[in-house]
Amino acid sequence: MSNTPTEITLSARQLSRRFGSRTVIRNISLELRRGEVLGLLGHNGAGKSTTLQMLTGCLLPDDTETGKGYIEICGINLLHKPMQAKSHIGYLPETPPLYRELNVDDYLIFAARLRGMETNIADALGRAKQRCGLTTVGKKIIGTLSKGYQQRVGIAQAIIHNPDVIVLDEPTVGLDPAQIREVRTLIRELGNSHSVILSTHLLSEVESVCDRVEILHRGTLVFSGTTAELDRHGGEAGRLEENFIRMTEQHETEVQP
Amino acid sequence: MIHLIALRELRSLTVMPSTWFVFAVLQFVFAWFFLNALQSFLDFQPQLAQIENAPGVTVILASPMFNMVALLMMMLVPLFTMRLIAEERRNQTIALLLSSPLCSRHIILGKFLGLLIFLIALTAIVPLMLYTLAPGTNLDHGLILGNCIGLLLLTASYVALGLYISALTAQPIIAAIGTIAVLLGLWLADIGTSAPDSFWHQTSPLHHFQNFNSGLLDSSDALFFVLFSGIFLLLAMRRINNNRRYG
Repeated sequence: MSNTPTEITLSARQLSRRFGSRTVIRNISLELRRGEVLGLLGHNGAGKSTTLQMLTGCLLPDDTETGKGYIEICGINLLHKPMQAKSHIGYLPETPPLYRELNVDDYLIFAARLRGMETNIADALGRAKQRCGLTTVGKKIIGTLSKGYQQRVGIAQAIIHNPDVIVLDEPTVGLDPAQIREVRTLIRELGNSHSVILSTHLLSEVESVCDRVEILHRGTLVFSGTTAELDRHGGEAGRLEENFIRMTEQHETEVQP
Repeated sequence: MIHLIALRELRSLTVMPSTWFVFAVLQFVFAWFFLNALQSFLDFQPQLAQIENAPGVTVILASPMFNMVALLMMMLVPLFTMRLIAEERRNQTIALLLSSPLCSRHIILGKFLGLLIFLIALTAIVPLMLYTLAPGTNLDHGLILGNCIGLLLLTASYVALGLYISALTAQPIIAAIGTIAVLLGLWLADIGTSAPDSFWHQTSPLHHFQNFNSGLLDSSDALFFVLFSGIFLLLAMRRINNNRRYG
């Protein structure tokens, strides 16, 4: 957590998203720098996954025609040049996108090629497997692996092409404590050389791996700052959880008619 | 990128035991039908020898065989197309494709070609079996080629339709039932209409296959298949794009 953030790798401005008449994301703007781990914190249904889907090009923000909402990945407009921009992204959705009938090696090679890698795939495969602790299961069918290993394969597919921006949607959900610790260590390690944005509803996760945190509540950003700032928010240090709950409750009362 | 998706599709098909089971059963069915037809031909050969301009072995064997395969494809193709997009949605693997540097064209054409190549391999035994007769008789190569082209175009149109319907849902079984319903509906509307110039004949892929089946290469039939496949592939691409727009 001692990196000096420099280059902006992800920049999103005024993102909004409606599903029918329901607005789930309202004017969200955020930035991510190289060497930074950003935590998107919020209760269930706050709009974290929808935000990440927009940041990875899986979902279009509203108002793209008017130019109001835009996303840039390493300076490339995701909405205008999606092919170039997406090659800089590694994405692990809430449910790892695994082809369960394939073995780990074949799947990871496919994921690397899909992201435009043509050379050094064997090296990238070895590196990703080594980082995610998959060296012994390369020939195993994904469907036969435990939940923890499947999650690791999901992370490996997101990092195999060495992307500038890694987007992880609740990467530790469903894992046992030992696996959670391993995945958090990996995320922290990834954050040293890449930009990582992860969504979570666990404060402990934010505390242990994130440099910066954005709190999302009912589709609106209600806090943006470092974890230390969140900890000190409202003048009371060491009360991360209380500050988080107070902030979301305060926003709740503000949006209530 | 299209070839990458196609190869992945083929790879997924070939590692599933169910695929090999279906493959084996169909090879058995094709072989059984071929041997039956061959036996019938041998039984009737003395009578055929007395008829002037009697139909040859190719007409008696190849046409009914290809017609049977065409009918089987109507039931078989939906079983393979059902999972193309619907299963990606259900397993949420579609997020991998949507977040990768691919456009909807790559995804749809890759899946289309992947399955089409598999189905070509599945039905390749039919002309191969017919050509086992070549050392003992003169085969009508034109008729066999016409049927092969017709079957390829017919299969492509079925795959395109099935792919589109698969893109509409997250439930593979709904996609299969939907595709079978549409294909059966078009076929029943075709055979249930007696007027020769009826609109329903023109909308049925099987009707357009009949000319190929009798060895006649008609460009309007080929154009129908190209248009039919093209329209459903474009609609499927549009559906993938809408996935980004509407979620």
